[in-house]
Amino acid sequence: MKTGRRRFTVTIGLGSCGVAAGAEGVAEAFRAEARGRGLAVAVKGTGCIGICHREVLAEVSAEGGRPVLYGDLTPARVRRIAEEHLAGGVPVGEWLLAGEGEDISSLPYFAKQRRIVLGKCGLIDPEEIGDYIGRGGYAALSSVLDGASPDDVIRAVTESGLRGRGGAGFPTGRKWRIARDAPGGEKYLICNADEGDPGAFMDRSVLESDPHAVLEGMAIAGYAVGASRGIIYVRAEYPLAVKRLGIAVRQAAARRLLGRRIMGGRFDFSVSIMHGAGAFVCGEETALIKSIQGERGMPRLRPPFPPSRGLWGRPTCINNVETLASVPWIVSRGAAAYASIGTPGSRGTKVFALAGKIARGGLVEVPMGTTLGEIIFDIGGGSATGLPVKAAQIGGPSGGCLPAALFDTPVDYESLQKSGAIMGSGGLIVLDDSSCMVDIARYFLAFTQAESCGKCTFCRIGTKRMLEILERITAGKGRMEDLDLLEELAGKIKIASLCGLGQTAPNPVLTTLRFFRGEYEAHIRDRRCPARKCKALFAYSISPGACVGCGACVRVCPTKAITGEPKKPHRLDPLQCTRCGLCVEACRFGAITAG
Amino acid sequence: MKKTPSRRAAAADRRFRALLSSLRGQKGALIPLLQGAQEIYGYLPVGAMRRIARALRLSPSEVFGVATFYGQFRLKPVGRNIVTVCHGTACHVAGAERISEALGRALGVSPGETTGDGAFTLREAACLGCCSLSPVVMVNATVHGKLTAASVPGILKRYR
Ligand SMILES: Cc1cc2nc3c(=O)[nH]c(=O)nc-3n(C[C@H](O)[C@H](O)[C@H](O)COP(=O)(O)O)c2cc1C
Ligand code: SF4
Ligand code: FES
Repeated sequence: MKTGRRRFTVTIGLGSCGVAAGAEGVAEAFRAEARGRGLAVAVKGTGCIGICHREVLAEVSAEGGRPVLYGDLTPARVRRIAEEHLAGGVPVGEWLLAGEGEDISSLPYFAKQRRIVLGKCGLIDPEEIGDYIGRGGYAALSSVLDGASPDDVIRAVTESGLRGRGGAGFPTGRKWRIARDAPGGEKYLICNADEGDPGAFMDRSVLESDPHAVLEGMAIAGYAVGASRGIIYVRAEYPLAVKRLGIAVRQAAARRLLGRRIMGGRFDFSVSIMHGAGAFVCGEETALIKSIQGERGMPRLRPPFPPSRGLWGRPTCINNVETLASVPWIVSRGAAAYASIGTPGSRGTKVFALAGKIARGGLVEVPMGTTLGEIIFDIGGGSATGLPVKAAQIGGPSGGCLPAALFDTPVDYESLQKSGAIMGSGGLIVLDDSSCMVDIARYFLAFTQAESCGKCTFCRIGTKRMLEILERITAGKGRMEDLDLLEELAGKIKIASLCGLGQTAPNPVLTTLRFFRGEYEAHIRDRRCPARKCKALFAYSISPGACVGCGACVRVCPTKAITGEPKKPHRLDPLQCTRCGLCVEACRFGAITAG
Repeated sequence: MKKTPSRRAAAADRRFRALLSSLRGQKGALIPLLQGAQEIYGYLPVGAMRRIARALRLSPSEVFGVATFYGQFRLKPVGRNIVTVCHGTACHVAGAERISEALGRALGVSPGETTGDGAFTLREAACLGCCSLSPVVMVNATVHGKLTAASVPGILKRYR
């Protein structure tokens, strides 16, 4: 072997996004290249680095040198990196996100972020407890068991101002106090990892990338409330998160960080994993408890709230993944440090899953009080399509659509509530002019209608009626009275539903009616869908000037609606056309337009 | 020795019996038992649900009620490959509808159905958690992202 060659470490992002983009093939390519060229390269895995729009990501660092970050990798590109960088010593500029000596955190994507919950994500190997401990992990638990009383812990969490990140924003310290004071010997601590909100992947990424932070938070919470058993209720559609949680629990138990007599002291805390079975409503805490008990997941009337009476009738503290993952930081750095971030009513940071028509989508964490505009434009880089950003959907099926004119709204519980949307769990979907707001409202209502557990009449039937009205409008058969009817039904569903699912189900409709009423009216009055999304309300046509007669559209059209001679402008029969859009995808000349 | 279908069925039954005895009589065991049974058989046969009911001292209707409440459980056998189209919010705005239509055309089935040759079962899901790759389709455990309707037939071909 040549002398003077340096040893390299290649760290590849193996979150779900990375794996889906082909990270395992890239890792294999690095190993194969290293073998083939006789290079000393250690290939390691890490969780989600957060820059999901540039997956596959890999950090390459030479021994003694500073790391560089590559994006958009494929096995074929690895070959060139191996040749020019690993063997030749010169990084390949084309796919470099951050070069040598460039601080990744100074990229525009990271500059306005403050990573607390995601602090170790993308830095550690989530399947190696040693990595977590090496970066200060389990020090918070150790300090708590070393001399803090449960009351001290609860006081610190209360003073930090932490509020539940599962959606409702209940003060975490107060919840722990109630659970601690509840009479009864055996108590439970449940980590809610059901994350059923479509378009949200914050909790999944934390579980995949830093599972020990959640376990450490659970152990501290268990100590504070007096629970010796913890249960993680995790969505079964997250196989990678389930797998990594399992590994983490085993590794922590082997080091006596979980189980009996943790760290040799007097505190016992064991953690088991329950797989959710695919019902959105089971994210609601009383439904979740029923599900663990093996019943249909139907919410019940509260009070009594779970901290007084929960699983098997025992006091049960339920917290969200992100809430629990914030706890070790608060304990280590102090309540005051956490409380100094954010706004008076909403302390600390919030993680958002930024997706939709956004240039730089991914997982971002910002101080509370950051505005929507800062997240969407400064961090996310604005529209991905060239069309203007029209709105942001925040809070998923319980939340709302805010127009671009309101992007100076700060993300904190109170401001978002006032706007008609909610903080929700952190899904943030950016919409551009190609998105139809009536269609978005219909989409969410179809979701909640299907996921209603059926217990309350208004939630069960009211959402169905609202959905029918929206379907009517998007089919071009709406009436102006439908808009009043929607508002009336929405009001009744909100007050006559037992749980948050029904109470918030009308929000996507109400916010779009409030901010985008003109779009509803265009569908009804003009029989026109301004975004050209609702199939009954637009037609495709071929503009003779742009069509070169290549026939690409003819080959893909499933209904043979397009005809024409080669090299002559083609014609599209609107009666045969089903508006599947395949021809638009196929035409390289932009000759097929919707009107 | 080659595994004959009856031998395979016997092996599945053995695994199911072991599962039943490991959780028999335990409180809260119903959903894990149903999940385990579905993993063994690929779906929930009526006979398995009856045996679960007996083992937990529940009525068959209670077990059936739970099995039909949760989206994860299937009461019919599935095809060799499971194609799941994401209809989460990000995928919806990226055109999941078109992908679904293209899959329906290519396979000749609606969501929830299995092709006549038993090769594919078509399903829909709300968010597979890879929103930045939308629109997304998962075949078995492999995610295919940034799809167009035109790319659908090529993907299916790999699994035929
Ligand atoms: C329909 C519905 C779905 C919910 N889904 C979730 C969820 O997926 N994850 C979550 O943490 N909380 C969810 N919640 C909120 C929980 O009921 C509960 O408030 C939360 O887990 C408490 O934890 P926190 O105080 O740490 O936020 C949901 C609530 C409702 C009404
Ligand atoms: S509001 Fe809807 S989901 Fe909630 S308990 Fe009532 S019917 Fe069930
Ligand atoms: S919306 Fe399809 S992966 Fe999230």
